[in-house]
Amino acid sequence: MNKIPSALELGIRRGGLEIRQFARQRESVVFTLLFPVILLAIFGSVFQNTIAPGVTFSQYFVAGMIASGLVNTGFQTLAITIPMERDVGALKRLRGTPMPASSYFIGKVILIFVSMVIQIILLLGFGVAFFGLDMPTESSKWLTFAWLVLLGSACSTSLGIAFSVVPKSGRGASAVVTPIVIVLQFISGVFFVFTLLPTWMQQIAAVFPLKWLTQGMRSVFLPESFAAQEAAQSWELQKTFVILVIWLAIGLFFSVRKFKWQRT
Amino acid sequence: MKLIEVKGLQKSYGDVHAVRGVDLEIDQGEIFSLLGPNGAGKTTTVEILEGFRTRDAGSVSVLGFDPQTRGRESRMWRNRIGIILQSSSDADDLTVVETINHFSGYYSNPRNVDEVIYSVGLKEKESALVRNLSGGQRRRLDVALGIIGSPELLFLDEPTTGFDPEARRAFWALIQNLRSNGTSILLTTHYLDEAEALADRVAVINKGVIVEVSTPADLGGRATSQAKVQWRDGAETKSEKTDNPTSVVTALSARFNGEVPELVVTRPSLEDIYLEMIGVVDE
Repeated sequence: MNKIPSALELGIRRGGLEIRQFARQRESVVFTLLFPVILLAIFGSVFQNTIAPGVTFSQYFVAGMIASGLVNTGFQTLAITIPMERDVGALKRLRGTPMPASSYFIGKVILIFVSMVIQIILLLGFGVAFFGLDMPTESSKWLTFAWLVLLGSACSTSLGIAFSVVPKSGRGASAVVTPIVIVLQFISGVFFVFTLLPTWMQQIAAVFPLKWLTQGMRSVFLPESFAAQEAAQSWELQKTFVILVIWLAIGLFFSVRKFKWQRT
Repeated sequence: MKLIEVKGLQKSYGDVHAVRGVDLEIDQGEIFSLLGPNGAGKTTTVEILEGFRTRDAGSVSVLGFDPQTRGRESRMWRNRIGIILQSSSDADDLTVVETINHFSGYYSNPRNVDEVIYSVGLKEKESALVRNLSGGQRRRLDVALGIIGSPELLFLDEPTTGFDPEARRAFWALIQNLRSNGTSILLTTHYLDEAEALADRVAVINKGVIVEVSTPADLGGRATSQAKVQWRDGAETKSEKTDNPTSVVTALSARFNGEVPELVVTRPSLEDIYLEMIGVVDE
């Protein structure tokens, strides 16, 4: 008898399969990958003011869009598509095979990561080409960027999988999940300059990961001098790291413990 | 060792006692059919055997393994079984051959993908996207995914619901072929003719308990029950219940001088017996 394939090997194969399926759904490819670019085009054209010396609103907005892209692609996509897969029996079928749960999750992580990278490249390319976006030159900033993307997608993916038990059905999932994401975007400094929001709103936002991701991304794309204008007069990168790790742990805990393979 | 051994199985959902003490023994190499009306505890029992649900009480052994155990052992166990679910409507943007190929990678000893596609009759559709398949073709794909891992035991839940008669016959041939290649099968079905055509033994479950286990021919004393002889006498249709239908017919034949008008000899169908057992008596 041959050996049963390892969980990692199957996870990588599932990732390939997920990407192939995603690429064949043309509408969702366009929506997921180009939506941030479309938003940048709209906001960048409407708000052409500078919010601090040398900082255009586009610059501020790109940082926020990359951060909220992490939340959209991971959390929103998974919290909506997993209940749909559960509804049609696809998850139950998988559960009946020797494929381990971890392989399914690894496949999702690969899908989210690949689509995230494509999204970021599109957004940055478009920003540089049309909205005078300044790319950071210091390698330390790119290092910050790298860990924010990695930790941010991990966090958002695990929370998306964890939250997938909340919608009762695939059809209602979008109605449950989308408002949460939109509200978070509004209060976390994606569409508005964070410090212009009322203090209580800032305090609520500070509980959730998106606020920290946007602030972290601003540390990458905005000049060092802008740190003084943040709520805490600093980029607070260490605190950001800790908060994202806590949310990642919460997401992982509920993903592993509470994941539902079938409608009850 | 028995293939499946169930003793005193119980399961409740809140106040509803879905399964109240089921005992079952299923042998290697047989097609065993579980019959019962909706809400009889049929699906719950099967889902416990498949490892989808946990039980409240009793012992369960499937291929010598407790299905509610998790972890690596559970993977090894799933490697040896195949499950064909009742209603999967996942319509992927993958082709038939891509899907089967991918699933074959889950198992240690998968069957040849081409052979499986051929045996379920999807050769012409192998490059079609799953979302574009018809209902019957979909079901064939389900079967292909259920048998790709060369299972020792196959769970088959309501396999031919929605099939036309021709497709059902073709499907039955496929299942019989699997059995002759050594796969044991646990079949749940609503169709009694299906159980009769396929099953070596049937169990009738009602209100959470097994009412009887027998061969389809013997169920409910069917083989020994009285036959009904019916014929036409002038304008009237007459009938007689008897243990000796042959002598009744011989006597009738003598009376009518040869041909008996509109002669019919019947024994209760599996359906009659079954309906009686589950308490729906239709006279």
